[in-house]
Amino acid sequence: MAFFLAQILTGLANAAALFLVASGLSLIFGVTRIVNFAHGSFYMLGAFVGVTLMDILPGHVGFWGAILLTGLAVGLIGAFVEIVVLRPVYRAPELFQLVATFGVILVIQDLALMIWGAEDRLGPRAPGLRGVWRIFGEPVPKYDIVLIAITPVILFALWYLITRTRMGTLVRAATQDREMVGALGVNQAWLFTGVFALGSALAGLGGALQLPKGGADLLMDFNIIGSVFVVVVIGGMGSLPGAFIAAVIISVLNVFGVAYLPQSTLVLMYVVMAVVLIVRPYGLLGREEVAGEHGQVGAPERPIRPYGARGRMVVIALLAALALLPLVADKFILTLMIDVIVFALFAASLHFILGSGGLVSFGHAAFFGGGAYAAALLVFHTDTPMELAFIAAPFAAGLLALGIGWFCIRLSGVYFAMLTLAFSQLVWSLAFQWRSVTRGDDGLVNIWPADWLNATAPFYYFTLAMGVGGILFLRHIIHAPFGYALRAGRDSPRQAEAMGINVKRVQFAAFAVAGAMAGLAGGIFVFSKGSVFPTELEIAASFDVLIVVFLGGVKTLAGGVVGAAFLTGVEDWLTRLEYWRLILGLLIIAVVIIAPEGIVGSLRTLWVRIRHIEEEEAK
Amino acid sequence: MTEILRVENLKKSYNGFLAVNGVSFSVQKGELKALIGPNGAGKSTCFNMLMGQLKPTAGEVFLDGERITGMAPRKVWRRGVGRTFQITGTYQSMSVVENVQMALISHHHRTFAILPRAWRLYRDEAMGFLDTVGMTDQADRPCSVLAYGDLKKLELAIALAHRPRLLLMDEPTAGMAPSARIDLMQLTADIVRDQGVSVLFTEHDMDVVFAHAHHIMVLNRGELIADGNAEQVRNNPHVQEVYLGGGTLFKEASHA
Ligand SMILES: Nc1ncnc2c1ncn2[C@@H]1O[C@H](COP(=O)(O)OP(=O)(O)O)[C@@H](O)[C@H]1O
Ligand SMILES: [Mg+2]
Repeated sequence: MAFFLAQILTGLANAAALFLVASGLSLIFGVTRIVNFAHGSFYMLGAFVGVTLMDILPGHVGFWGAILLTGLAVGLIGAFVEIVVLRPVYRAPELFQLVATFGVILVIQDLALMIWGAEDRLGPRAPGLRGVWRIFGEPVPKYDIVLIAITPVILFALWYLITRTRMGTLVRAATQDREMVGALGVNQAWLFTGVFALGSALAGLGGALQLPKGGADLLMDFNIIGSVFVVVVIGGMGSLPGAFIAAVIISVLNVFGVAYLPQSTLVLMYVVMAVVLIVRPYGLLGREEVAGEHGQVGAPERPIRPYGARGRMVVIALLAALALLPLVADKFILTLMIDVIVFALFAASLHFILGSGGLVSFGHAAFFGGGAYAAALLVFHTDTPMELAFIAAPFAAGLLALGIGWFCIRLSGVYFAMLTLAFSQLVWSLAFQWRSVTRGDDGLVNIWPADWLNATAPFYYFTLAMGVGGILFLRHIIHAPFGYALRAGRDSPRQAEAMGINVKRVQFAAFAVAGAMAGLAGGIFVFSKGSVFPTELEIAASFDVLIVVFLGGVKTLAGGVVGAAFLTGVEDWLTRLEYWRLILGLLIIAVVIIAPEGIVGSLRTLWVRIRHIEEEEAK
Repeated sequence: MTEILRVENLKKSYNGFLAVNGVSFSVQKGELKALIGPNGAGKSTCFNMLMGQLKPTAGEVFLDGERITGMAPRKVWRRGVGRTFQITGTYQSMSVVENVQMALISHHHRTFAILPRAWRLYRDEAMGFLDTVGMTDQADRPCSVLAYGDLKKLELAIALAHRPRLLLMDEPTAGMAPSARIDLMQLTADIVRDQGVSVLFTEHDMDVVFAHAHHIMVLNRGELIADGNAEQVRNNPHVQEVYLGGGTLFKEASHA
């Protein structure tokens, strides 16, 4: 019994930082409708800034003062980010803002590396709170008790701010009806900045407060973001009490998980989320959301056409060049090209649901990695011949997509994105923690292709056939009635439904097709590398492919493929630079703000303009 | 004559506000019937409950004797009801004729087909419907560049594509020039006559209504206050009270 109580207390103490970070995210979303993926980065900044300040400032006052100062500093950084990066894109579709925040993640990662170095920092103990108190004989760290006491105070302070102050009134008005704030004569831009700063400050506070229990390291941003999103999704986007309840549930559950089911702590959290969402799709205290606009800004998309004679010539020439490549290229180039083709297929599969369907999936790596793992597991455990295992990859990924899609397709917009992210984390945590089957982060190794493919050139041709085949298959579907129905559901769901089209079912099927094609890419991948690790399922992997599609251009059919080729091509060169994340992050932010049509879209616009000038001159 | 649509005691409440409050009426086969009323009377809400875009708070809807209350729009569509919306919702990323083809693809149950090229399917048939509304010359233009009046016509062509028994048109001529309105309603009247379609429409332009509608219903604050032919509606004291206050019944009506 006493042990039980001690466990609950530890859980409640852990809930403090989680709630702080989640409430910030929820607040920002509620008012600005921005899902701030960089929120974990503010948490990480909080930890580093906190450690630095605690080193400088001594004693009790120094410790608590450092925490408060950290909140202030991170809040200011948040305000800066909001003004520079997000303000220009508030009117753009959701996807833009999300991608912009990815850029921020990358930039902050490298800046933190520059300033604090790669070493992990241990957090200092809170002065005067070093030991334990005995509660029914069980030792409970004193600092835990303090955290448990602080959390309700913070909840109350936030509640007071939101319900009892003028800023709170504005925040609530903005949460319910964005136009109304303008009508109240409030400068909406500064309200958004204020809220974003407050949310960031909360994340920074969370990072600083957890220091005595943890520390500061460069992986914190991605490590917390999964749990934070789970908390916000379970609690209901935009609901502070919801975030509090969910943070407590998840933290307490986690502690019991560690005690009783140590192999399943991560999985447990996502299972709880799935259960909650089956019962309440918008979270415990969330309200139904009307989805925002999708796709990309700029001129409306034009009707699609298969390539004309000229386009087809270019594609055929390109394919011929690829087919002849092994005659001239060395092993290094061929291996690079295999990577390019695999990634291009992966990106094309995401582009299929994102571009044609308007479904912004944040968990697409689950299907790529899922396919890779399916094939690898078959080979590893049952010695399945490579050919069979390879065929299993797209089927397994397609089945996985059917399962995940069943939950996710019911939602739309940001909720859909969050849910796909959470499910991909569930898959990742399975791969990571189910060691007896997946060997955890040791990965599955020695997954080599069959003898007839076990050399660079044959495998290159195999990749070319499968990869190009997959991409052409997706293109064909886009031009088929099914692809048209998918676009109809994106352009005007109301009209599509009033025309006999079951929009959700079409989206569900498309999601499964996209999953299967990602799985196909994963299947090629695993046999080209000979191994697969949980990293292929990480959030970062899902982000990579989204960024690639975005850079290439959502509105152009070739966008995904071109983006993937571009990025894989420069990656090799880029990652040799020490601060490549910084460069990539800045590039992404620049594209979001300056060239929102992406590479292909911008080139096409340029082409049209040149043609136009030529025609003018001809007249 | 037999009735194609019967509505019994239909109600819709938005958080306690009764936008439609106990409306009952029927539409006969081959009839062109108008539903008029001031802005905010509940016409669009009514239409949305007929085809399932909104679930009624109470009441029943029967299509040709079959109960369709609260049925999903796509199922009502399959049973032969087409509609156009007050705010058009055509597919911006498709060409004009592809919009009609999409309806035909769905009509022929080929939504999930992945082999054929979509733009080749039912193109001639789709051109026929565009011809009906006089838009063949714009067939291959992107839908996003159409003038508003042409969008309305395109919507009509789309709605005709599955040869509906009943057509619901919410403000089909709003935003059009007066002469274009007359043309479009004349076209609709021809369709009713030639193809035996029944049409229920809402309209602000009283010239259009009195020139073409066989019967007229008047909705005011969610309640039906008149249902009859032009003469009966014109002479109904209650209607005169509602409309003559604003003085808009027999003159050019303002639209919103
Ligand atoms: N989604 C909604 N929520 C709340 N009130 C609504 C909603 N839609 C319509 N209303 C209200 O219901 C009434 C009827 O609206 P509507 O059916 O659009 O009228 P009409 O089409 O006759 O102009 C109006 O007072 C309108 O403000
Ligand atoms: Mg209306």
